[in-house]
Amino acid sequence: MIETNGYTVQTRTRASQLAGVAALILLVVAVAVPLFASRSTVQDLFFILTMLTLAQFWNLLAGYGGLVSVGQQAFVGLGAYALFGASILWGLDPVAALILSGVAAVLVAVPTAFFVFRLQGAYFAIGTWVVAEVVRLSVAQWKSVGGGSGTGLPREAREFWGVEAVAGLFDVRDSAARDIVTYWLALALAILTIGGIYWLLRTKRGLALAAARDNIEAAKSVGIDALRMKWLVFLVSAFGTGVAGGLIYLQKARISPDAAFSVTDWTAYVIFIVVIGGIGTIEGPIIGVLVFFALQSLLADFGSWYLMILGGLGIIVMLFAPRGLWGLISDRTGLQLFPIRRRLHRTHDKKGDTHG
Amino acid sequence: MIWIDTIVQGILLGGLYALFAAGLSLVFGIMRLVNLAHGDLIVLGAYLILMVVSVLGINPFLAALIAMPLMFGIGWVLQRVVLNRVLGEDILPPLLVTFGLSIVIQNVLLEGFSADSQRVRAGALETASVDVGPVTLGVMPLLTFASAILVIIALNQLFYRTALGRAFRATSDDPVTASLMGIKPASVFAVATGIAMIVVTIAALYLGMRANFDPTIGPARLIYAFEAVIIGGLGSLWGTLAGGVIIGVAQTVGAAVNPEWQILAGHVAFLVVLLIRPRGLFPRAYD
Repeated sequence: MIETNGYTVQTRTRASQLAGVAALILLVVAVAVPLFASRSTVQDLFFILTMLTLAQFWNLLAGYGGLVSVGQQAFVGLGAYALFGASILWGLDPVAALILSGVAAVLVAVPTAFFVFRLQGAYFAIGTWVVAEVVRLSVAQWKSVGGGSGTGLPREAREFWGVEAVAGLFDVRDSAARDIVTYWLALALAILTIGGIYWLLRTKRGLALAAARDNIEAAKSVGIDALRMKWLVFLVSAFGTGVAGGLIYLQKARISPDAAFSVTDWTAYVIFIVVIGGIGTIEGPIIGVLVFFALQSLLADFGSWYLMILGGLGIIVMLFAPRGLWGLISDRTGLQLFPIRRRLHRTHDKKGDTHG
Repeated sequence: MIWIDTIVQGILLGGLYALFAAGLSLVFGIMRLVNLAHGDLIVLGAYLILMVVSVLGINPFLAALIAMPLMFGIGWVLQRVVLNRVLGEDILPPLLVTFGLSIVIQNVLLEGFSADSQRVRAGALETASVDVGPVTLGVMPLLTFASAILVIIALNQLFYRTALGRAFRATSDDPVTASLMGIKPASVFAVATGIAMIVVTIAALYLGMRANFDPTIGPARLIYAFEAVIIGGLGSLWGTLAGGVIIGVAQTVGAAVNPEWQILAGHVAFLVVLLIRPRGLFPRAYD
């Protein structure tokens, strides 16, 4: 909070303070979920949290960085394969290997950015997709992790850090304990992601990012290095998406190139979550993932109808409410749970008047 | 000798990719819209031709003639009802809407025709071949390549010799000034997408006759088409043909070395061109 001449710059709102308290309560409940919920509930929550993480990173790319990528499945798959490779070939504990998942994604993201930053707009989108295809086809040639048909996580690696302790503590089988440990990891990852992105957006860099998104020429004229901002969001998103990918496949314990690099599962779904919820906001993906999960639970038995409805809903939202469900809510109510807008408040002389 | 054969087959395959790409290039050239559902529209066209063939029991080429006006109509309505609403400065809406459309088309086809792979039967034409010097060429690949050239010539004629083409170019350059001259950009765009759908139908005809297809193969065709457009340079139809040929040759050469490398080799060729000539081989438009 900067104070000059009786004014302060604030981003906090009353709603955001209440939301903060609610989030803390929710967090305590979420951590305690495995104590009282069934195994399938824990698995559903794991799915929601990992999709939320992927959605937040895609939103950072497209909503804040203006980089509409259709190739994020490259980083999901790379993260997953890095984890499997490290556990199978080096015998590394998979939980420790999660860091490697992120590192592997960044290592590929650097040359990828070098290629795809030459392309603009829609061409950038398909460029990232081509790179993802190249990575998928290359990984399918990697025979020691099963080549094109994939492989499972070895028995030793399934007993990763924390599983034995949780199995003893909760008196459950190892397979259920794995679900609990991965759920907690997913919870931690989602919180770190949302917290990290919120922090980033409130810093000077976040301001630069928003400026570059809103008007690139104007942003450049005040000294913002737009290309550097692009690199920043691209690499950060790659790292986070890679870690999420590693975690998703640690829970699945089985991998194949077609699944780990699936454009539908890891990019199409994620795009719909963000678009339906509201692009360019932190709240949007949270709402989007809940709508997505509700639709999936309702329509799971209808196969392709489900995807048709999801695609159709995405189109309708983009045409008639381009800022998504959260956009509709916040337009009507002025609500902001993660405010990043800086507002000027008068602190001295008139006490009652706080609107500067 | 085997290498000459491989390369010639690759060049002819490039004709197919140029057909995939021509519609994409046309729409992009006029309204700066990249249709992510382009590949799925090609597959939709192939199913349409298949339906006409099986209902009327006629030759696939005649069936394509019947499918063309239908596809033109689909394109026209799509542009008027959906795509015209999302054109503008912001690139996000058209991308996300066409991406949604891609998912919808795939799943409508999946629901309507199942995931079984299909093929448009073309009788003796499928296996017919001619000997040219040391190599044997299939009649079907030759027809594909010839069609690609004809389509490009026809589109260029349309662009530079007709009133409609003038309207296309004017709207592409400056829609506001064009509309002062009595051109309605919304209608021009609708006609352009309709024409692109006619090209899509031709691409669909060869896609359906040359190999098996199923509802999920659209995105891969979109990627080949896109690579051909970028390699050729935005805005140049002959460049697109060259781009298609480069992808085609890379794929057949890659496949000759190791069958698993076919698709990978095409993508790698694209990335190499992007590295050396970021704006493509024959750039015309500045975007």
